[in-house]
Amino acid sequence: MSAGSSVLFDAPGPRARAISRVGSIVGLVLIAAVLVWAVTILATPRQSGGITLPGMFDESRWDIFAEADVWLFIGQGVLNTLRAAAVAAVGALALGVVFSLLRSSEIAWVRKPVAWLLEFLRGMPVLLMMLFILLVGSTGQFTAVVVALILYNGTLIGEALRAGLAALPRGQREAALSVGMRPFQSKMLVEFPQAFRQMLPIIVAQLVVLLKDTSLGYIVGYNELIRTTMNNLSAYYGNRYLFSLFFVTLAIYLTINLSLSWFARWLARRGTPGTGRRRGTGGPMRPDDTADPVRAILLAEAAATARASEDQASQGTP
Amino acid sequence: MDLIELLPAFWVGFKMTLLLLVISGTASLVFGTIITAMRISPIGSLRVFATVWTEIGRNTPLTLVFYFFVFVVPFFGLRWDWNFYTILAICALTYYTSPFVAEALRSGINGVPVGQAEAARSIGLGFGQTVSLVVLPQAFRMTIPPLINVFIALTKNSSVAGGFFVVDLFASTRTLANGHGDLVIPILIIAAAFYLVITVPLGLLAARLEKKLVVQR
Amino acid sequence: MKTKRLSLMAVALAGAIALAGCSSSDDSGDDATPSEAPTFEAGTTMAELSEAGSITIGTKFDQPLFGLMGPSGTPEGFDVEIGKIIASELGISEDNINWVETVSANREPFIQNGEVDIVVATYTINDKRKEVISFAGPYYMAGQSILVLADNNDITSEDDLVGQPVCSVTGSTPAANLEALGAEVLATDTYSNCLEPLRSGQVVAVSTDNVILAGLAAQNEGEFKVVGEPFTEEPYGIGLAHDDTDFRMWINDVLEEAYEDGRYEEAWDSTAGTVLPYVEPPAVDRYEI
Repeated sequence: MSAGSSVLFDAPGPRARAISRVGSIVGLVLIAAVLVWAVTILATPRQSGGITLPGMFDESRWDIFAEADVWLFIGQGVLNTLRAAAVAAVGALALGVVFSLLRSSEIAWVRKPVAWLLEFLRGMPVLLMMLFILLVGSTGQFTAVVVALILYNGTLIGEALRAGLAALPRGQREAALSVGMRPFQSKMLVEFPQAFRQMLPIIVAQLVVLLKDTSLGYIVGYNELIRTTMNNLSAYYGNRYLFSLFFVTLAIYLTINLSLSWFARWLARRGTPGTGRRRGTGGPMRPDDTADPVRAILLAEAAATARASEDQASQGTP
Repeated sequence: MDLIELLPAFWVGFKMTLLLLVISGTASLVFGTIITAMRISPIGSLRVFATVWTEIGRNTPLTLVFYFFVFVVPFFGLRWDWNFYTILAICALTYYTSPFVAEALRSGINGVPVGQAEAARSIGLGFGQTVSLVVLPQAFRMTIPPLINVFIALTKNSSVAGGFFVVDLFASTRTLANGHGDLVIPILIIAAAFYLVITVPLGLLAARLEKKLVVQR
Repeated sequence: MKTKRLSLMAVALAGAIALAGCSSSDDSGDDATPSEAPTFEAGTTMAELSEAGSITIGTKFDQPLFGLMGPSGTPEGFDVEIGKIIASELGISEDNINWVETVSANREPFIQNGEVDIVVATYTINDKRKEVISFAGPYYMAGQSILVLADNNDITSEDDLVGQPVCSVTGSTPAANLEALGAEVLATDTYSNCLEPLRSGQVVAVSTDNVILAGLAAQNEGEFKVVGEPFTEEPYGIGLAHDDTDFRMWINDVLEEAYEDGRYEEAWDSTAGTVLPYVEPPAVDRYEI
């Protein structure tokens, strides 16, 4: 978005632009200075235990990355991370669908316990869940990691889907019923696809969180990326590689997650009908931001609650 | 009976988890607001900086953020003796959480009808006044439920600190579980209960506020 | 099922015989190669494993000298060699050992659930653990010791740690010992995480089993030193299912044999022995449940 298009401030004039440019340059210089300072400190050899350790950019701290074996080993870690994330993502989506259906069920004795279960799962740390599943459920490491991630993320995806379902105009369901569909058919064939589409941004954002959370598998000894690099490789080659391993791991994670986030945004922009139409009309301040997951769920929940209270009003409270 | 003897150890960890939650929660609220202001500000470099900060923060696993603060940051000669690792853990949690706060706030701002800002601008308010007097107060109300969800996530994320020299609820749970192999399951259940004591009321509060806000609108 | 078992056994036997044939010229007792075609009483764990032709062994993957997994894909270390000796006595070749990483949190559950057949993982025998699993051995007697910076001459024994910040692993026995001693314990997930705080002065020492500390010192030559005498006794045992006394006694026999015929010393020399002196193995403890 260009600076000129916001209603929050005037389109900057020449003076404001000059000030802004000077500010930008000063900021860049400051950031560059901090980076140079950081690199200098890191590169400086230091004294420890009476001997001198080479600086962080010294070749002796990076030489392992010249070996193909090391990259294969790291690749294995990446695969393990992606494998756990992929299985957990599919599971979480499926569980999310089930949860959202049960949670919005018309039968109170289905809806109420599920609501409590969701509240419970949402409030448990994933680490604790993994440990619990491993110790109590007599499972392997992979299963413990995946099941914990499915339970937790399935809850959040379920809530998102429920919000999406509730936010749909009532006419959708009425129309489906009036053409002879059963309530369940209407839900699965008419309402769900729409809710899913509307909630796609938040679902994908949650899947990025899921991918990051696979790293919590260290607690049960699952060999995902961080455990492979920061634990196995640093133990195998020695502590002097801790720093370089950290930066390599960070770079890998950022590459994977940023691509996924960008893909999600692209998907959302493509998949949201009316994005183009709303642009420039009196809608939200940043019309290009329909990709924003938090906003999506906020609006959906708001609409859902409004509808619920409307329903109550129209039916008359019993 | 044995379990009752273990409660003091849980209590120590629980207090630390609460402390981490309150301090990093407040700090991420502050940082998140600053980032949001930067992201909507007229100065391009600030917007770029805030965007980069948010993107890196949101796409790094918390464990790596902890590695950075606990092992890389002290490298730059930072050291003090008072609660060193607790403060580093707070920094790590704040850095990780503030982008999520910023996202919640920004969506709130986006949800404020554009006419509000237009009206404010038309009676002559500048950027600072429009944002701080008109847009943010409305945005904050809209964002309370998602913000509470961010804090619930923060509560649970604080358990990662247990692996990095901080005795939080999760660290004390692990210590107890390792020391009392026969009581592992009850110990884990008590730990879960302690976490739920924080997170469930927050969740219920979020749900109630949500309903109230929506009805008022 | 039965025919599958039988055919598996046949394959295993054939393999074992073939391998034994290959190694017959090498009578130094290569621990990696099954030395005979073993026969066991039907129904015992030994018979089952031997028939299946494979064994799942839990070990650590991040413990220098004892169990360390590198890019090669197979773990290395003294614990690993001990595991290989036991497997070879079952007629199982090195390639048919399924290595599983066990961390402190999952050793007992893995044994109880049958996720692993045995655990050889710097696993201290203690009474609490004996309530849920059984231990063969001990095969090594470690002891808690202290690691400091090489130029630190203030700390010479555990008494100097009282009131001082010391690093150890969350929930571990050494951490509990340090608490009891009156040290201020800073706990993390792995011992290698302790080295940065030691360098930067946030802790004055790292304390755990001497063999682990020796591994850390060896990897960072000249920077750290192990000081003082070990102040606890940590007998390392081989964990297995709680009520499997036959299997336990059999492993004890294997260990004693390996002590006798030099395979134990050889295993030591090729791994931990590169850094630590050889000590006579402790007598196995054939305790009653």
